[in-house]
Amino acid sequence: MKLYGKYFVMHLKSVMEYKTSFLLTCISQFFVSFNIFLGIYFMFQRFSKVEGFTYPEVLLSFGITLMEFTLAEAFARGFDTFGSIINHGEFDRILARPRGIILQVLGSRIEFTRIGRLLQAIVVFAYGLAVSDVRWTPWKVFSILLMLLGGTVVFSGLFLIYASVCFFTIEGLEFMNIFTDGAREYGKYPVSIYGKRVLQLCTFVVPYALIQYYPLLYLLDRGKPSYSLLPLAACLFIIPCLLLWRAGVRHYTSSGS
Amino acid sequence: MITLTHVCKTYKVSKRDAGFSSALKALFHREYERISALDDVSFTISDGEMVGYIGPNGAGKSSTIKILSGILVPDAGTCLVNGLIPWKNRIEHVKNIGVVFGQRTQLWWDVPILDSFELLKEIYQISTPLYRQNLEQLTEMLDLSALLKTPARQLSLGQRMRCELAGSLLHSPKILFLDEPTIGLDAVSKLAVRDFILKLNAEKKTTVILTTHDMQDIEALTSRIILIGKGQILLDGHIHQIKEGFDSTEEGLASFYKSHHI
Repeated sequence: MKLYGKYFVMHLKSVMEYKTSFLLTCISQFFVSFNIFLGIYFMFQRFSKVEGFTYPEVLLSFGITLMEFTLAEAFARGFDTFGSIINHGEFDRILARPRGIILQVLGSRIEFTRIGRLLQAIVVFAYGLAVSDVRWTPWKVFSILLMLLGGTVVFSGLFLIYASVCFFTIEGLEFMNIFTDGAREYGKYPVSIYGKRVLQLCTFVVPYALIQYYPLLYLLDRGKPSYSLLPLAACLFIIPCLLLWRAGVRHYTSSGS
Repeated sequence: MITLTHVCKTYKVSKRDAGFSSALKALFHREYERISALDDVSFTISDGEMVGYIGPNGAGKSSTIKILSGILVPDAGTCLVNGLIPWKNRIEHVKNIGVVFGQRTQLWWDVPILDSFELLKEIYQISTPLYRQNLEQLTEMLDLSALLKTPARQLSLGQRMRCELAGSLLHSPKILFLDEPTIGLDAVSKLAVRDFILKLNAEKKTTVILTTHDMQDIEALTSRIILIGKGQILLDGHIHQIKEGFDSTEEGLASFYKSHHI
């Protein structure tokens, strides 16, 4: 943990060398996701509800998914850009150092420019909170924290899968983006609106529903209290991802490329 | 002490003919060729020795270095470095080695060198007194005092290589792997790097394994060379064995390569 802190400070120092570039990227990140927000806004100019969810409720869903994705992207950036880490021989260097491999990959890239998008997510979320009529209890606040945790873990797991694929193909596969960037796009609406099949897929295969739809139902007093704990179950998703990663590392050390 | 016995390593390389149709064919059915990078390689290097590991491009030099530094697992054969199997005891093993790649940097581009060193202190968990002592010594030996507060991107190649060397020695490794440490350096920097390696080997008894194409490096630094070609050790002996009868080591080496068809 102390080592990760060191990495964190190093990235912060590096970023501060290029203040203007940093600021501009942050602003552009803000506006890119602002687009998605506009999409939702105009949609609800036409319709008052989507599959039983009102405008503020969708904003809550969008805000949370965006936060989860953004946190994962900022901190698991090393896995997201793993192709370049391998190509530049950085991974050899990582193996030649006496520390955990995953910790070093996480430490090698931290994307502070995602603050712009995180800010956007927080604003949207706060606005959703203000206009919706969610009755707040301490447990609900806690369940939001669980959602953030579970969501960050699930998205990090997806990045980890992406990175593991790089061991075999070197370049990484663009189709993986469906699961990461795609999920960010579609995650603005509660997954149930895409139909039962998608909901099942998002519950048992890639557990998006466990970090978004079900806990959201609980927040809106439409679901059981036990739904609030589902993000913890979503964290189990990381286990197969880690197994795949280990297989990838083993492949790398036996093929050297 | 480093011992390599009967180490073999083959790579699977996909191959196809040029042209679009064969590219299309390769999408569905790929033909692989097994290329033998290391074929029954054995050698022993004692503590404190300085060895030049040379051979033409693609001879298996970097495969060997990768196996010795725990990055690559061989198909057959055994390898022991100070009693440890590099790829099995990766973390324990790499605490005792330092690796310098002449073509790649381990320094952070945008922050002062000293910050990169501090991070290395944390990565290798070097105790503060040892770190201070090593830093002071290396700063003096490599004349770094003016460079430590500069970001790596503002340093010349020669200056950066000196910092690179210091960075890989902060944790007092017993073995140092140098992969083309003088590549692209001007005469003054080359001499500085060579002098430093000699001093390091003499004073700290660090085992140094050096791969290079620069024969002057080899002549200045080592008496023992291990020459590898097509994955096999062709010569393990003294530099004179190559030079004998020729004007320069370069010519001797070229003729040696030719006589072995590599």
